[in-house]
Amino acid sequence: MKVLNKRNILTLIIIVAIYALVQVLITTKVISSFYEITIATICINIILAVSLNLVTGFTGQFSLGHAGFMSIGAYAGALVNMSMKSTTGFLIGIILGAIVAAIVGIIIGIPTLRLKGDYLAIATLGMAEIIRVVFLNMEITNGAAGLNGIPRFTNWLWLYVFTVLTLILISNFVKSSQGRACISIREDEIAAESMGINTTRYKVMAFALGAFFAGIAGALYSSYFYFINPTMFGFQKSIDILVIVVFGGLGSMTGSVIAAVLLAVITTLLQSLSSLRMIIYALLLIVIMLFRPQGLLGTKEITDMFKFGKKYERVE
Amino acid sequence: MSLLTVEKLTKSFGGLTAVSNANMHIEKGELIGLIGPNGAGKTTFFNLLTGVYAPTSGSIKLDVNGEKKEISGLKPYHVTKIGLARTFQNIRLFKDLTVLDNIRIAMHQNVDYKLPSALFRSNKYYEEEERLKKEAEELLDIFKLTHKKHEIAKNLPYGEQRHLEIVRAMATKPVLLLLDEPAAGMNPNETVQLTETIAKIRDEFDLTILLIEHDMSLVMKICERIYVLDYGTMIASGKPEEIKNNKRVIEAYLGEDV
Repeated sequence: MKVLNKRNILTLIIIVAIYALVQVLITTKVISSFYEITIATICINIILAVSLNLVTGFTGQFSLGHAGFMSIGAYAGALVNMSMKSTTGFLIGIILGAIVAAIVGIIIGIPTLRLKGDYLAIATLGMAEIIRVVFLNMEITNGAAGLNGIPRFTNWLWLYVFTVLTLILISNFVKSSQGRACISIREDEIAAESMGINTTRYKVMAFALGAFFAGIAGALYSSYFYFINPTMFGFQKSIDILVIVVFGGLGSMTGSVIAAVLLAVITTLLQSLSSLRMIIYALLLIVIMLFRPQGLLGTKEITDMFKFGKKYERVE
Repeated sequence: MSLLTVEKLTKSFGGLTAVSNANMHIEKGELIGLIGPNGAGKTTFFNLLTGVYAPTSGSIKLDVNGEKKEISGLKPYHVTKIGLARTFQNIRLFKDLTVLDNIRIAMHQNVDYKLPSALFRSNKYYEEEERLKKEAEELLDIFKLTHKKHEIAKNLPYGEQRHLEIVRAMATKPVLLLLDEPAAGMNPNETVQLTETIAKIRDEFDLTILLIEHDMSLVMKICERIYVLDYGTMIASGKPEEIKNNKRVIEAYLGEDV
């Protein structure tokens, strides 16, 4: 088993340590239930931002419909969970939500991913609206009133497990040959195709994977906040996710994580300022974009900082 | 038996016929030049061979292990898979990626692991990635770019970027290599180096090469046969000396009554 190398074992230890630390802080009430909501928001936003980053940052396909996939996961998860009120039901709901979202991603991706740039953005926007309107008009989703009384199974453990899982799997994907194929599409689609890369296939693959994880985030969301309705997953939600991705840096997973944490913390801190909050938030974004148009981290990752070997070779 | 057979290839864009009834055949191991005045349709011809455009009519057949395959109308990635690789007139490297990644991306079609292996890092993933890195480094070694493997492609000097594009095309393991104006924008010194590289590729990798070029010194020096395209029609073909003295070629380049 080559997975069990020094680096991966070290990563595993760090992952478990962070889990234990936060769990202890929650149990000892250092983190109050008010801040627990912030933590839940952060985890869900990380999953959403990293999965959108795979589509927009790494593959270079500008999508404005990520909330659509999230809503599919949210509804699927909620419906399963409401008829099966147990942890098993919760987990089945998450997986089902993710799979349905991925399938919808493939179905929508095949025709729309022929488009480029702003045209694709408009098409994905339309697609998310269609998904929203479908939920608005279906009987099973209870229309505009939405679903109420979804049992809460999402807690720190599950939030953390799925966030870490998302980060590991997407990071693995990006560093694989398939992931490099996606990145080459962002860099130069014509050259990529001339190098033997089936660009449509990899665009759809990235899109479906992104939708899969957005579905997970949606299911976690509905199970945490008891209540969902179609308006929660409108255009505004897609923009919120996109802001995190752009803020952190298109093509940097670490950037998305840091941005998700930072923006959630800022929102929480500014809560007392009520109406002034949105102005400060907007100003902050403008300032960051003026001084760092490539986002906080550009395309850099935290792991880049630990590659001493690479630097040594460069000196040679 | 010829490696590439092009018959009556035609491409029209609305009323404009960019390539009309062009024929070409290339034997295995040959080094062929394609020349012509500006706007003659050379790059369109390349784009037809590589699948960027689908031809209006005509056929393009590539011989793969004794089997003739029709490649006209196939998608570019499919054509590359069959064994035809190219470079571009305006460099099209993955310019924000490292030299090594540029090569590894081109090796993608020969990678033997699937999505689940990539996501969950199976042993196969590690083995294949190791092999990929080794092969990429060997290739860079041959072209003396090893010391630059972690360099971002856009930071390389112009001449090396051109070289890297050729190496990248080689990484797809082609049987026929198409070079679109490889010496464009190079100084005489770099052109000499490039000439050596092209000759080396052909000899060491047992490759067949077709190149478009404006630099006559390069074409006349290394090409065994030359095709001349003018207004979309092949007006001449033959050995360099024959082309030099061909009346129609001189007319095409310099006008009549010269």
